[in-house]
Parts: sequence; structure tokens; C-alpha cells
Amino acid sequence: MALAKRIIPCLDVDKGRVVKGVNFVGIRDAGDPVEIAKRYNDQGADEITFLDITASHEERETTVHMVEAIAEQVFIPLTVGGGIRELVDIRNMLNAGADKVSINSAAVYNPEFVKAAADKFGSQCIVVAIDAKQVGDNHWEIFTHGGRKPTGINAVEWAIKMADFGAGEILLTSMDRDGVKTGFDLGVTKAISDAINIPVIASGGVGNLEHLVDGVKLGGADAVLAASIFHFGEYTVQQAKQHMADAGIEMRL
Amino acid sequence: MSRASKICAVIDYGMGNLHSAHGALQTVAPDTQVLVTGDPDVIRRADHVVLPGVGAIRDCMAEIRRQGIDEVVREVAKTKPLLGICVGLQALMTHSEENGGVDCMNFFPGQVRYFGDDLTENGERLKVPHMGWNTVSQVAHPIWTGIADNSRFYFVHSYHVKADNPEQVKGHGHYGVDFAAAMGEDNVFAVQFHPEKSHNAGLALLKNFLSWDGQA
Repeated sequence: MALAKRIIPCLDVDKGRVVKGVNFVGIRDAGDPVEIAKRYNDQGADEITFLDITASHEERETTVHMVEAIAEQVFIPLTVGGGIRELVDIRNMLNAGADKVSINSAAVYNPEFVKAAADKFGSQCIVVAIDAKQVGDNHWEIFTHGGRKPTGINAVEWAIKMADFGAGEILLTSMDRDGVKTGFDLGVTKAISDAINIPVIASGGVGNLEHLVDGVKLGGADAVLAASIFHFGEYTVQQAKQHMADAGIEMRL
Repeated sequence: MSRASKICAVIDYGMGNLHSAHGALQTVAPDTQVLVTGDPDVIRRADHVVLPGVGAIRDCMAEIRRQGIDEVVREVAKTKPLLGICVGLQALMTHSEENGGVDCMNFFPGQVRYFGDDLTENGERLKVPHMGWNTVSQVAHPIWTGIADNSRFYFVHSYHVKADNPEQVKGHGHYGVDFAAAMGEDNVFAVQFHPEKSHNAGLALLKNFLSWDGQA
């Protein structure tokens, strides 16, 4: 018996609604975040992550209400990412019932923000999201703006720095693989997982259940995040967990 | 005539989000009035009391002392069912080595120790914090009623409890080292994991707590 590896379904939300193709059989309105979160919760998801893509700051208030509604009914850890730029953004999400926030570009622009956030709220609720792209042999760089803008920052060095600054966890997305369904970028996952002493969530590229196994066994990830394979009912979270357990990975079944 | 409904006080001393704890307790006991409060009088009047806690122990203990919560907790611990959660458990221990060393409430004799930066299991390096779902090996107690032994609960912590008195350990956890995942004595029960985030097993535990009369 040991600590279980985690499966984390991820949902994109805009103004408090789930967007970008969620299409469960049996749910009439696929955009209701509470229903979708409950569905994944019932399937045995270990956590749920929401990526807030709401464009304007004012409209983010609806996301806060969404988190409140979900936290009242879903009793597994909730992470909210997207648009977390100031301490007050973190406070608002935590007060609404999020357990963790994920900081992405704000960390790149101002690394001290991660330090301040961890000091104020504790490392346990600070996830740093890293969007990495391969730029050479065993060399990955941080990109911002959905993978369009290079920063020149080495992804592995950045992960080490963020861990030093108090991040409690790293959410690592391969921009080369995102949406491609050919599996995680195991090279960068392994490089970062080996380099730091905090948990790493692998993300980007999951197309089948064997990819999840590879993320843990070959990439050394502590948790795997996936979106589309669950959204269209291709696989349930339960099936994914069973598959990983059958492959010899410790899971909560 | 019986009183309209039972009251469960979730102690709010300004350390983080009590939304989930409140929601989970209210969900398992719709007829109980679950109040998030820092008011000592309300806490004294409650039938069940929950002592939560997140973040660093230094800040938690500073607020607990500044607001006189330690006095109320000491009082409550003698008279009614009390549930400590996460840092709420650690605050009940003698001393924590976090933040350079912090004296705690000393209800349970024992130390709170760092997992360490070179934690391993069978040669494999373990990450710290201990974050995720791990098993708890139970020691018979009414709080575990109906929950399968070795059920998994959600943990997130970098410091763990080493109890001086093994009799008080009511749940054993293991992550590189053995640690106390649950402690109990008389009407006090405290857990390192987050029952409010532990899905069905966690909800069952909270339900058991709210129907517990404090007799071990």
C-alpha cells in the first residue's frame, strides 16, 4: 500500500460555463460545470482542474460563483487555473472553495509572485503551470500565450526555481503534444520529475489509456491530467484507473 | 421538548477556506446547523466542534492564541465531541518543528516532524509534500464505523505526527516513514487527512463524527 497516483480530468470554463467540447451521454446541457464535476466525481476522479479562459476580469466573478456551487457538492480537491495574477485572485478562488490555484504566465512575468503566494497561502495550494515546448535535443523552453510566445527560459531550470520559490506542485503541459493525442512528452516530464522534489502533473497529448500508464511509468509523473478522452465518453475515469492499476500502478479504485 | 436541531461549530480563526468543511458536514447532516464561527460562546453552545487548519503552524498557533481559541478548545475537549483536521491535528500536539519550532496545545503528547528532503521507499525517492490519496490502517473506534479498513483518504502535508503514546493512535499512515494519520482520546478525534475532500470515505467519517456522542 502506498500513495496512489492521481487522475485529474480538466475542464475549460468561460464565464462560469464549461466550453470546448464536453459531450457526455446522458447530460442534456454539457456546459453545466456542476453536473460535469459531479459526473467525474462519481466516476472516481482524484481531483478536478478548471482552466478559466474568461477574457475579462469583471466576468471572472461568475467563475467564482461556479467554484462555490461545485465546492458545495463535490468533495474532492478542486484546482482553478487561468487569470491568477494577484494575491486577491488567489484569495477569491480559495474563499469560493478551490483547494489550489494554478499560476501560469503571472509566474513567468513575476516569479516573486509565486513566493508571495506560497508565503501567504501555503505551498499546498500553489500549483505552477509550465507550458513547455521542445527547442532542441533534451532542451525545452517555456512558452506563453498558448504556446505562441517563446521566453528563452529553460523549462527544467524554471521548474527547479519554482519549487525553490514555494510551489507545491508543477502542472507540466507539453505544447507540442497538446490536443495531438500522441501521448505525453515523456522526455520533459521525466527531466522535470527527476529534477524536483515536489509532485509533477503530466498534461498534454493523452489519446488513449496506455498514454496515462506511460506518463507515470516512463515519465515519472505523480498525477496525469486529461481532457478530451473523458469529455466525449470515450473512456470513463473509472476505466482509466482500472487500466493503470492493471499495469501495476497504485491507484485509488 | 427537544431542541430544534443540533449545532456543529466549525472554528474559524482566519486560517483559510472553511467552505468545503462546512459544505461536507452540512451534506451529511442536513438537519444539523453547521456554523462557521470564531465566537467562543457559539462554540461552547455547539454539540459538535470541528477544529480545521491549513497553512503554516506558526501562523495557525499565533491566531489560535491571539483569539483565545486554545482556551475554548481545551474546555470543549473535556465536554463534547471535537474533530481536528490537518493542521487542526498538528495544533493539538506538543510541538512542531515547522517554522523553526513552534509550541502547540499539548493535548496529545508528541511531535510534528518534517518528512525530509531525502525520503525514500524501496529505493524510490518520495516527493514532499505527501499529496494525494493514501491508505489509513484503522484502530477500532466509532469514527471508523462502516468505513473499510485501509480506505484511502486525501492528504496534503509536509509535516507528520509522531505520537508519544501509541494508545492514542487511531489510524496509521505510511509514507516513507510511519506516522499517525488519526489520533483519539476520550471525546477528541483528529485526522491528518482531509475528510471533507476524501469523497465517500471522508463523508462517511464526518457523518460518524456528527452522530458520535464522544464515547470511545
